[in-house]
Amino acid sequence: MRLFTLVLICLLPLEALSRGVYQQPTDFINEVFQNNAPAAKRLWITGERKKISSDILGHPPLSLRLRFWGQGSRTAWILEEIGKEKPITVGIVINKNRVERIKVLIFLESRGWEVRHDFFTDQFKHIGLQTDTELDKHIDGISGATLSVRALKKLSRLALYLHSQTDFAHDAP
Amino acid sequence: MKHPNFLTKTALIAGLTSASLAQAAAPAPTLEELWTVIQAQQKQIEQLRKKTARTDEKVEATGEILEQQVASNKAGHGGSSKSTFGGYGELHYNNLEQGDGEDFKEIDLHRFVLFFGHEFSDKMRFVSELEVEHGGVQPGEGKTLGGEVEIEQAYIELDINDEVSAKAGVFLAPVGILNETHEPPTFYGVERNPVENIIIPSTWAVAGASVSTNFDNGISAEFAIHDGLKIPTTGSSAFRIRSGRQKISNSDATDPAMTARVKYTGVPGLELAGSVNYQSDISQASSDGADSAVLLTTHAIWTRGPFTAKALYANWDIDGDAVKAADGDKQDGYYVEGSYKLTKDFGIFARYNDVDGIRVQDEFEQIDVGFNWWPHEDVVVKVDYVDRENNNDSDRDLDGFNVGIGYQF
Repeated sequence: MRLFTLVLICLLPLEALSRGVYQQPTDFINEVFQNNAPAAKRLWITGERKKISSDILGHPPLSLRLRFWGQGSRTAWILEEIGKEKPITVGIVINKNRVERIKVLIFLESRGWEVRHDFFTDQFKHIGLQTDTELDKHIDGISGATLSVRALKKLSRLALYLHSQTDFAHDAP
Repeated sequence: MKHPNFLTKTALIAGLTSASLAQAAAPAPTLEELWTVIQAQQKQIEQLRKKTARTDEKVEATGEILEQQVASNKAGHGGSSKSTFGGYGELHYNNLEQGDGEDFKEIDLHRFVLFFGHEFSDKMRFVSELEVEHGGVQPGEGKTLGGEVEIEQAYIELDINDEVSAKAGVFLAPVGILNETHEPPTFYGVERNPVENIIIPSTWAVAGASVSTNFDNGISAEFAIHDGLKIPTTGSSAFRIRSGRQKISNSDATDPAMTARVKYTGVPGLELAGSVNYQSDISQASSDGADSAVLLTTHAIWTRGPFTAKALYANWDIDGDAVKAADGDKQDGYYVEGSYKLTKDFGIFARYNDVDGIRVQDEFEQIDVGFNWWPHEDVVVKVDYVDRENNNDSDRDLDGFNVGIGYQF
């Protein structure tokens, strides 16, 4: 037991973070728009939009409408998806119909924490959507974090699709 | 026949002409009359605008309420509470033939597992896993149900701070690949690989306490103190590792064990891990010729695009005269596996296993080839071919095929 206590004490000051709030969503939005965030808009997830969103998520969206922030050709989204048991909150920025940035903001699952790291999320940069709403580039997973990886892939697809439904889409009429 | 048609057309033209003349004769509305009409229409437009605004407000308010309800419900699959549930299961069909010509044809609900969890607070939670194997249990000799009901996890986890978490209770020993992650859709092969059955006795649930931390560079570490194995030293299963699991049932805690693991997942698609388990007396009985034991395991997983390679090695080193005399002081095994996903839903694999356990039937080389088909990301259909060659007794060779269906939720 002394050994266990010693290990516990040694680990206490280490710099790491497994689960919890990494960044508040409002702080993420302020950071993305350099403290000059436009007013939030809402996109209703109804009709065809609901059908496609359901196909992407594998279940109906949890919300009737989703808030987003748009400026120029960029939109920023705060989206959530359950990994195994708990929602993973992700901030995603789409620019010119491609992912500019994806960041895990809140992670409450007990496994799969690795998805928050830059070495994983950097894979999503510049990724776009194929016509079948699949990502146009392969994302390498993390062993033991299958459900968290799956959640992030779904949310990036959803953000790309929803961006295309806004007036900020690159080829919007 | 032409006369009636001619008369009809003439009458129609005459009628239309007189109607146009009458309309031309009606007086045009005055400016005042037009102004009155415009004002009335403007009033209607204003009323419609207000009505639309009120409808928008009602829709917004409804949306807000629905979102609040969704937010309060999203604690987990279990509904509005902080309790969650999930599970997995797998049904197997084995069609195998032994070297002595004996057939082994069987269908078995190998595992049916339910998870229950509860979030006491943001920092403290309960995790559990209740497993029913082989269809259930039925007490008494010769009864149909020959399975087991087991608690494989039942622990309280506490976030000590943002960096470190600890758990206490019944949890899965942090060794190997399958012991902690064994939901059927996550691995190839109907049956679990034999190395993580005979050498690493998966599923290996232990009771005790552990502390873990995850570093920013992708390294994680876990250290646990828990109940040890209690391997038999006599009989047909003498010194067999798997027979030493106590399953937290009035477990002998004379000689506890400790397990430490370091894992690196700092590159997408790569996992490297090593663990060590130490127990001062693996039989938990003195003077029986089985003393201290060390298990070393290491594994690597590398995924690149559709290709995945896995390799695992595990080795037991057991002290003691009796275990040495029985040639059980070194028990080890390894496997290498390659898999390729032809489509998002279909993958093929091949695996080579080499196992050197204590019993005659636990010393063999085995090749598995087959495929997984995922009709849904959480549902899998598996088919594989098995070819096992026993190192000592060709009667214990095995070949044939397995079919399975698995799921998780």
